[in-house]
Amino acid sequence: MSRRYDSRTTIFSPEGRLYQVEYALEAINHAGTAIGIMAKDGIAIVAERKVTSKLLEQDSSAEKMYILNENTLCGVAGMTADAGILINYIRESSQEYLKIYNKEPPLEHIVKHVCNLKQGYTQYGGLRPFGVSFLFAGYDDRFGFQLYTSNPSGNYSGWKATSIGANNSSAQTILKQEYKDDLDLEDAKKLALKVLSKTTDSTKLTSEKVEFSTVSLASNGHVQLKIWKPEEIDKLLQESGVLEDTEEDK
Amino acid sequence: MDIILGIRLKESTLFATSKAFTRGISVLKATDDKTIDLNTHNMMAYTGESGDTTQFAEHIKANVQLFGLREGYDMESSEIASFVRNQLATSLRSRKPYQVQVLIGGANNEGEGFLSMIDYLGTRCDLPYAAHGYAAFYTMSLLDHHYKDDISLDDGLRLLKLCEEELTKRMPMDFKGLNVKIVDKEGIRTIDF
Repeated sequence: MSRRYDSRTTIFSPEGRLYQVEYALEAINHAGTAIGIMAKDGIAIVAERKVTSKLLEQDSSAEKMYILNENTLCGVAGMTADAGILINYIRESSQEYLKIYNKEPPLEHIVKHVCNLKQGYTQYGGLRPFGVSFLFAGYDDRFGFQLYTSNPSGNYSGWKATSIGANNSSAQTILKQEYKDDLDLEDAKKLALKVLSKTTDSTKLTSEKVEFSTVSLASNGHVQLKIWKPEEIDKLLQESGVLEDTEEDK
Repeated sequence: MDIILGIRLKESTLFATSKAFTRGISVLKATDDKTIDLNTHNMMAYTGESGDTTQFAEHIKANVQLFGLREGYDMESSEIASFVRNQLATSLRSRKPYQVQVLIGGANNEGEGFLSMIDYLGTRCDLPYAAHGYAAFYTMSLLDHHYKDDISLDDGLRLLKLCEEELTKRMPMDFKGLNVKIVDKEGIRTIDF
């Protein structure tokens, strides 16, 4: 009987719930964690990559970090294939905006735009919702650095620090305790790795399991988007002291 | 034979448009306004195929207003100019293009003037002073000669007066005087000229 209201995305259950949307949200709660922390001079995003097999070719390209336009990048939790569709959509509409107005779109515009698409799949029947949550990090002239999350329901919200994916509630708890308003990017980077190391199941963080990206401003005022390379991540992990901490905990 | 003139000043932008509404050889109205306010700090002066002009101006205004509502802030002059150029370039490649020439001007948040001229082919040029149509032939030499960077409002109005005198003297038709508007950080206002 429980299948009665499950099968269609667009039908409310008698309790007033949309099961398919809730299942999509649940799917993301099992995906690798992604954590974003906004500092006064930048944003750091860190994500856990689940390594499925030793035999799998470990190419250096990031799977969960994508540059969307000149001043925005995002981290992904959920189904990577679904994310690919949405990222393509965002990149395309972002270029369209640039073409029309000769200006990069404001960050919230992008987020709103992709959320409208996601919302559509909770209302129009026959298709499943996108099983993806995003962490959007970017900079625009009006509001400076901004960090947003979005989920399959089509809701989005702005944060100082937040997390999506597995163990997001425990990550959120640590962030709530450790976040300070005067954080700079260096602190944010360390805190992001620290929170990830505490919430992730894997015993030791390595560049194989961690993806990292930052948004900051260059000295000329231009936005600098960086998806970190494995060697750089390893170095960062060494410097952050996260590796020693985990050994002590054992 | 409409007169569409724009002068970018240090802290404002000046617009002058002829008041005569003509069809064929007749003047139908002597109080025509060939400008439209797009938002609080930006306006557009237009000329071209009558009917197309009004339709296009209202289309642009509606979109600029919609942008303000959706994004929570008013479109800037440069964004409007890009948008209008895009609209005209798209229209040019349709079955029936708008035949409209426009000047777009305004003041940005820092209170600096902005002026851009765009024609129906989608050619855009940001300029210190610009004119569409025959008015350009009689006023460009005056503007070339007298215009200076960072020109004040009073000097701008004096220069505009020279242009008006020259136009009245040389133009073969009576254009019924000029409708003059100023855009600065205070907003848009019409002045007695």
